[in-house]
Amino acid sequence: MKLPQMHIPDGFINAQISVLALVISAVFVYVALQGAKRQLDEKVAPLAGLSAVFIFAMQMINFPVAAGTSGHLIGGALAAILIGPWAGVLAVTVVLIVQALVFADGGLTAIGLNVLNMSVMATLMAWIIFRLLQRMFPKNRIGFLSATAIAAYLSVPLSAIGFTIEFALGGTAAIELSTVLGAMVGVHAVIGLGEAIITVLTISAVLSVRKDLVFGATNSKISLGK
Amino acid sequence: MKDSQHHLIDGSHQHNLTKFYTIPAHIKIASVFIFVLLVVLTPGKNFQAHLSFAVIVLAMLIWNRIPLSLIRKRLIIEIPFVLFAFFLPILGTGPRIDFFGLKLSEAGLWAGWNILVKATIGVMMSLLLSTTTPQRELLVGLEKLKFPKLLVQIMSFMIRYTVVVTEEVKRMAIARESRCFEAKGPKQWAVLARSGGALFIRSYERGERVHMAMLSRGYTGQLPLTSIQISSRQDFINGTLLPLAALVVILFWSVFLK
Repeated sequence: MKLPQMHIPDGFINAQISVLALVISAVFVYVALQGAKRQLDEKVAPLAGLSAVFIFAMQMINFPVAAGTSGHLIGGALAAILIGPWAGVLAVTVVLIVQALVFADGGLTAIGLNVLNMSVMATLMAWIIFRLLQRMFPKNRIGFLSATAIAAYLSVPLSAIGFTIEFALGGTAAIELSTVLGAMVGVHAVIGLGEAIITVLTISAVLSVRKDLVFGATNSKISLGK
Repeated sequence: MKDSQHHLIDGSHQHNLTKFYTIPAHIKIASVFIFVLLVVLTPGKNFQAHLSFAVIVLAMLIWNRIPLSLIRKRLIIEIPFVLFAFFLPILGTGPRIDFFGLKLSEAGLWAGWNILVKATIGVMMSLLLSTTTPQRELLVGLEKLKFPKLLVQIMSFMIRYTVVVTEEVKRMAIARESRCFEAKGPKQWAVLARSGGALFIRSYERGERVHMAMLSRGYTGQLPLTSIQISSRQDFINGTLLPLAALVVILFWSVFLK
């Protein structure tokens, strides 16, 4: 059994908060568009587009856990560290929009909520954590991968916290907030372990052969064709 | 999801298209979005209104001949939230009522119903939109709805290359299996992740190649418009029918219930 992805459907959070989330996420996407343009010029569309396909395809790979269950990557931290925070935010956002519009995965009115949880909380926050840790950790492969691991791990409960905040503000269910927070963060603290391991293994694989493609390792603009 | 991707991506639709198929995409997207938003705005306790919404949605699905197998497949996405909805009456707060011999939270029951009915209607409306609109037209529609051009371009690349890259994922899986690899547990994650890393490099390099090819054809950051959809007054009127139906339902039941 493969665990499905948790994209908020329509009606789970009330309309007011859903629309508010749509507006806030639009601002983030606008900022990300400007940032990505600075970083990649006219290469944004093909590179962020193909990165979005990569994240989408990566989510299709089943990682077996035990007893027939398997999980898959969420990919926020992976996207940010591989292609940079802005292109990463755009790639994850585009995956979410296409999933909602084409695959009915995640509500149309809940797109803003899902973008806030996955692109902002999981991708952008993962990048900020990664950069902070990168400064503190030794400047070698171990330090780099440790920063990657912690950022990827935290990205998962962070997106659960995003969900809980949305639920607290506009939840339609009569349930104690502490129960939701406990369950969400508890479950995601475990899922985060898988996310961290897979992200580190994947980035380490790319580092070994094409270090120049890992944005987090360049500390400057992505250099192409080297 | 995997099996239906091709069907959706090459936009192979049925032959006898209904009128709904011909509504320009931007009107259709807005129409479906406003309909779902109105459904979400209607309190779950307005039981009759939601049943009426469900009837409208089902009628739309039947009228447009959306295959039942596809509806079933899409509804699977809801499962985690359905489980949550079922737990609500047990975990919920507030006074308890007797429900077939079980002591359940009344507020929890309503909340569970609220989530279930709205999520289901939402999934079915998204399905209606995606099966009656070719993906290329969805993109044109989003652009007409003033989505940032660059975001639409990124989406168009994603949609165009999804089949190519997912086929690559399958080929990699076959290659692994032909080397007697079998993913049994976390011990094999490193191998899978290396495939993921290779996939990233291939995708990124494909992006670079695509970019070069585009430059050689004179790309300057703008994609040329390939189709111009002219929307008539009639299309606009047709587009207002769905939200209008939802409004009528809401007004009718709020007057009737008083």
